[in-house]
Amino acid sequence: MHKAKIREILSDCGKLSVDVAQLEDDSDLYQVGLTSLTTVNLMLAIEDQFDIEFPDAVLSRATFQSISALNEVVEDLVD
Amino acid sequence: MDATASRDFADILKIVDTIGAGVISDTAADVDTQARFPSESFEALKSHRLLSAYVPREFGGDELSISQLCKICEMLGRYCASTAMIYAMHQIQVACIVHHARNADFFRDYLVSLCEHQYLLASATTELGIGGDLRSSLCALEPEGDNFALKKQAPVISYALDADAVMVTCRSHPEAARSDQVQVLVNTGDSEFEPLSGWDTLGFRGTCSSGYTLTASGGSHQVLPQPFADILSKTMHPVSHLVWGSLWLGLATDAVNRARASVRNAYRKNPDSPAISSIRLSEVDEQLYSMRSGLYVFIREYEDLLRDNNEDQFSNFGFSIRTNNVKLRCSEMVVDIVGRALSIVGISGYRNDSKNSLSRHIRDAYGAALMVNNDRIRQHNATMQVAIKES
Repeated sequence: MHKAKIREILSDCGKLSVDVAQLEDDSDLYQVGLTSLTTVNLMLAIEDQFDIEFPDAVLSRATFQSISALNEVVEDLVD
Repeated sequence: MDATASRDFADILKIVDTIGAGVISDTAADVDTQARFPSESFEALKSHRLLSAYVPREFGGDELSISQLCKICEMLGRYCASTAMIYAMHQIQVACIVHHARNADFFRDYLVSLCEHQYLLASATTELGIGGDLRSSLCALEPEGDNFALKKQAPVISYALDADAVMVTCRSHPEAARSDQVQVLVNTGDSEFEPLSGWDTLGFRGTCSSGYTLTASGGSHQVLPQPFADILSKTMHPVSHLVWGSLWLGLATDAVNRARASVRNAYRKNPDSPAISSIRLSEVDEQLYSMRSGLYVFIREYEDLLRDNNEDQFSNFGFSIRTNNVKLRCSEMVVDIVGRALSIVGISGYRNDSKNSLSRHIRDAYGAALMVNNDRIRQHNATMQVAIKES
């Protein structure tokens, strides 16, 4: 479970229009202001924090759509 | 069912070539000069049921593949780039319905009617106050019972006044986020178009891409049943760049063929002299080969993904980058190729009144990189390039 850490990173670099604490795990991040640029910054920060690399196959909108989706990918990569 | 359902692609191409060399070529100069809708071309395309070429046979269309559709756009591009562009833009909208709405009752019926009446579809995506970002809308569907009202300030609705319907992007309801978008089909008969800007341009003058404030109404069944984000990534984005790339390829091919005719003529007149122009011809043909190759590779990739129905892949960064690369390369190569062809043809290509004129070609070619601005596309690619690990 890495959701707390992901929320922290999201809060630092997501530049969202709402407070991350108000988001559900399944909230659509693109609807609260995630852009292609902030997606990339978010990915780089997550890669640094968890010492992982997102493979190209998971680099799609669906991966960054919600905290749950990100958590799922991070869990796969950390293990 | 009917006879048209069984015609094969070779027959269709033959028809396109015949009307291309006939009425479409004959009217291309006047369409360009007058900056008017190519109505004669579209009467011919409709009479041969070519507006429903991509519609599945079960609805009365030809069920062509994307590569076949691209081939038609390429061929039309040889004769009149404005006609080809309008045809391409129409087919993008048809593909959105076919890929994303064909299971909805209203759209099943609509596809049948489109085949029967050869409806022409336009589109209203960009919006004043947004600045060209297709993934954001200000306007929203205003629900009125089972119906909706919609008002959009669109800086461009190409051939709006000659279309039967317009596919409009908008927010799904008045409280929705800018990115919470749907696409809705509105009949031009149920719409008002208040002019915002005209279309007096260097090239692609026949597309009549004027701006309008569109005021429309309709029933909630006219909303495509999938989110616009999915329609854009799976269909509108790749199909746009493929059909546009194809018609630019046709435009470039015709320019090179005119250069070839000019070199051949020079050889006829003097078998010894024009070695330099034939080398230039060889060089420009290499460029044309590169343009065609890059385009065809991506057409095949897209067709394979469609066949596999691999939904995740359409929003993959690598796929988006490659889609954009096709647009970037084709739109810049067409300028280079037509320019090289012009230098081969020489002054008679520069003249407006010669049969070898490349005036319209070069003016049209310069539009390709500006319509959906290449710098904006490159900026998207630049961002995604940071994320991906391998080309």
